[in-house]
Amino acid sequence: MMDAILQNFFNLEIAAKAWPFLLQGLWMTLLLSAIVVPLGLLAGLAVAVLGSLKRKWLSRLLVVYVDFFRAFPPLVLLIFIYFGTPFLGLDIPKLLAVAIGFLLNTSSYYGEVFRAGIESIPKGQFEAARSTGLSNAQTLRYVVLPQAIRNVLPDLISNTLEVIKLTTLASVVALPELLNNARQAQAITYNPTPIVLAALMYLLLLWPLVRVLSRLEHKSVAMH
Amino acid sequence: MSAWDRFVFSFFNLDIARQYLPAIAKGFVTTVYLAIAVIIAGVLLGLVLALLRSFRSKAVNFFIILFADIMRALPPLVLIILLFFALPYAGLSLDAFAATWVALSLVLAAFAEEIFWSGIVAVPRGQWEAARSTGLTKMQTLTHVVLPQAVRMTIPPLTNRVIAITKGTALGSVVALSEILNQASSSASQAGNATPLTVGALAYLLLFIPVVIFGRWIETRFAWKK
Repeated sequence: MMDAILQNFFNLEIAAKAWPFLLQGLWMTLLLSAIVVPLGLLAGLAVAVLGSLKRKWLSRLLVVYVDFFRAFPPLVLLIFIYFGTPFLGLDIPKLLAVAIGFLLNTSSYYGEVFRAGIESIPKGQFEAARSTGLSNAQTLRYVVLPQAIRNVLPDLISNTLEVIKLTTLASVVALPELLNNARQAQAITYNPTPIVLAALMYLLLLWPLVRVLSRLEHKSVAMH
Repeated sequence: MSAWDRFVFSFFNLDIARQYLPAIAKGFVTTVYLAIAVIIAGVLLGLVLALLRSFRSKAVNFFIILFADIMRALPPLVLIILLFFALPYAGLSLDAFAATWVALSLVLAAFAEEIFWSGIVAVPRGQWEAARSTGLTKMQTLTHVVLPQAVRMTIPPLTNRVIAITKGTALGSVVALSEILNQASSSASQAGNATPLTVGALAYLLLFIPVVIFGRWIETRFAWKK
């Protein structure tokens, strides 16, 4: 029984064979994360800052944007972009399609987080900063955002964790990231060891982030 | 055919929409069914784990934290694929619905446990002691004093997490569960036209826009009074 489990789930021979292929996948996962996380943060920040300007039509438009892309499951968005665009005669590279789909989704979530952060700063601080002669932009840059970002740091980290986990969806359109390569290796070897190995790699990669998050969350609750 | 005509023909083709609507409606029912099953199992299991954790037994808590950490670190799609493609090698086969349901419920339970636990910890210790000193038992203190306050604090983050994980039902399409997305994309490849995908996307909007708006409302309704 034990032998059968080892043979099937922790087969060292197969693990060794699949390892370079999985490593390649890991690089693609990291590359995709390195594209989507910073761009998503920037776009989310832009959404929140534009929303804080209190232009009525602009704010409404942004709420629609955010709710629209939060309502779509990211996988649906991805499939729509990837399988839909060829019907328009467009042929966009896989990585680009995946990145666009994730960005639309992720920027909405980051946008909501930044918005909550900006709203957590009392109005008096804007007014005080403006009265010292700082411009609107300077107030935002030097007074509001540094505090806002600190207030929502746990949510920013939590969302970043979600984004990295999201990259596994790219396997559905066969972008060669970690999960995709693990599944291919499994299909070739008729042995689930590569999937188990990939799961362990994800755990190793993301567990530290989960720990940091737990610590920050419990600290923030204890402060209330 | 002009570019605009081609766009309308490919994405908003009424004939094709009509033809594949029943298939997508069937998927809609499966998605709703799965979502409800996940929410019930995940939230209940999360609550039970948080309650167990509040008895502060070291050994039990070690396993609860381990479970919560693993389920939060592991991408849900990896979990679904492990359950669906790897578990049969151990002689245990789950069908697509069961694999997706179990995976998403476990993930939701982990997040719910952490959220409920944060809420329980946030109720000051003095309240425990005061309640116990009035003669309430541990269990009574938990159900009558701590939980009502804790649950109130946890509703906004829990709502957001429930919404996020419910959208994960679309992942079932990867293991060929015939929910909305799977029905829509197989209809699209059958029809050679993207309209079923549009219909599927609209079905998701129909399902989730009210949920997202409800989540927004909950957030303001239960917000901390500043």
